[in-house]
Amino acid sequence: MEKKLYNKLVMDHKPKEKRGQNAFIAFVVGGLMGVIGQLLVEFYSYYLNISSSDASVFMIVTLIFFASLFTALGFFDKWVKFARCGLIIPITGFAHSMTSAAIEYKKEGFVTGLGANMFKLAGTVIIYGVVSAYIFGFIRLIIMGGA
Amino acid sequence: MTTKYKNVYIEDVATVVGPYEAKGPLGKRFDKKYTDMYFGKDSLESAEVKLMTDSIDLVLKKTKKEKSDVDVFIAGDLQNQITASCYAARELSRPFLGIYSACATNTEGLIIASNLIESKTCDKVLVSVSSHNMVSEKQFRNPTEYGAPKPGTATFTATGGASCLLSDSKGKVRIESSTIGIPVDMEQTDPLHMGSVMAPAAAETISKHLSDLDRTIDDYDLILTGDLGQFGKEILKDYLLKEYNIDLKNKYNDCGVMLYDLKEQKDVQAGGSGPVCSALVVYSDIIKKLEKKELKRVLYVATGALFNPTMVFQKENILSIAHAISLESVE
Repeated sequence: MEKKLYNKLVMDHKPKEKRGQNAFIAFVVGGLMGVIGQLLVEFYSYYLNISSSDASVFMIVTLIFFASLFTALGFFDKWVKFARCGLIIPITGFAHSMTSAAIEYKKEGFVTGLGANMFKLAGTVIIYGVVSAYIFGFIRLIIMGGA
Repeated sequence: MTTKYKNVYIEDVATVVGPYEAKGPLGKRFDKKYTDMYFGKDSLESAEVKLMTDSIDLVLKKTKKEKSDVDVFIAGDLQNQITASCYAARELSRPFLGIYSACATNTEGLIIASNLIESKTCDKVLVSVSSHNMVSEKQFRNPTEYGAPKPGTATFTATGGASCLLSDSKGKVRIESSTIGIPVDMEQTDPLHMGSVMAPAAAETISKHLSDLDRTIDDYDLILTGDLGQFGKEILKDYLLKEYNIDLKNKYNDCGVMLYDLKEQKDVQAGGSGPVCSALVVYSDIIKKLEKKELKRVLYVATGALFNPTMVFQKENILSIAHAISLESVE
């Protein structure tokens, strides 16, 4: 059989992914994460009497802490399976990817295992995050003169 | 290549499974079941070794044999450098052949063992396979706690160990013939749809087996593929009919679909996979039916995706292979 024909046969038997439903859940959960984040910012700036930019840092640290804790307790992966990008795209996904890798490779030693593999998933995000920040920084400098 | 055997019998088999498999429809028929994924070991990799050594101990106990009665030990698994098999071989301490054909490893082992027995090189050959869901996830995909979402076509690596003692002394079930498969490349690149990768290999081996022995599907009571999953199963039926003009009728099933309850156990997605998947189904269910003569002759076609993550990232296709053995109940 022609490989193209075979590919068509494979496509004929492929189940339809529930893209609409997945996107909706991710949208709602991602939105809820935003709401929680905003509430945390308000909470910290009000009760600790700090600026909202300082409170944002506190908010991020809080979310990272809980995502990592829930990963370590073993149920965050079930949430991720359900909410998908609703939890992967926010900072919780970043923390989750690092903690899960750290747990996975702990047995191979702190240096050769945990240290070497902790950024297995998150490394990509950091590298391209830094590179794109650099590029967009330049664009901003050229267009807005560094303002 | 198809070979016929006159003198190869299955003396006994043993199966050990993890909690997920124990909950499946065949749950009651496994010899040993664990309720966690570590089985008292410190790491997942060592846990897989325990699955295999447990199944070896069980089959030796069932057949009342000593370790020294095993002439050759043949084993394979999914871990890099077939680690679980090597460390299980350390416990057994008998002449050891380590093999790899991904999920087709079990039939590869049985074929080598059958040839050793038929040629009278050995009297007793032990064939073992194992796989562990979390070890495979860690090695081939993402950290297990990451829980990356997968499409419905993805399969679930079965956790278990299975051993089979082949012998030249007469038993209730014999290996009647075998076909060694050819690696197949149908330009498939999706590691989350192994059914589409492996179905052409299964088709190739089934048609070769039938034509070499001048048989038809009607000469078998059941054709059983390894772990194509529910979508791969449909692809195979369609592809065999269109390409080879072979109609599987209602004589066909897939071990990946049989191992789990696909409606209740949603996490398995399209079905089970891993070298142990087909071994668990054949040893716990099919062999028993052959012993009771409910089935007369079964073609067991284990299918393996020769999948290497590095090659896939380098934009190479995923290859597949299928090896078949024909099991027959002895008069």
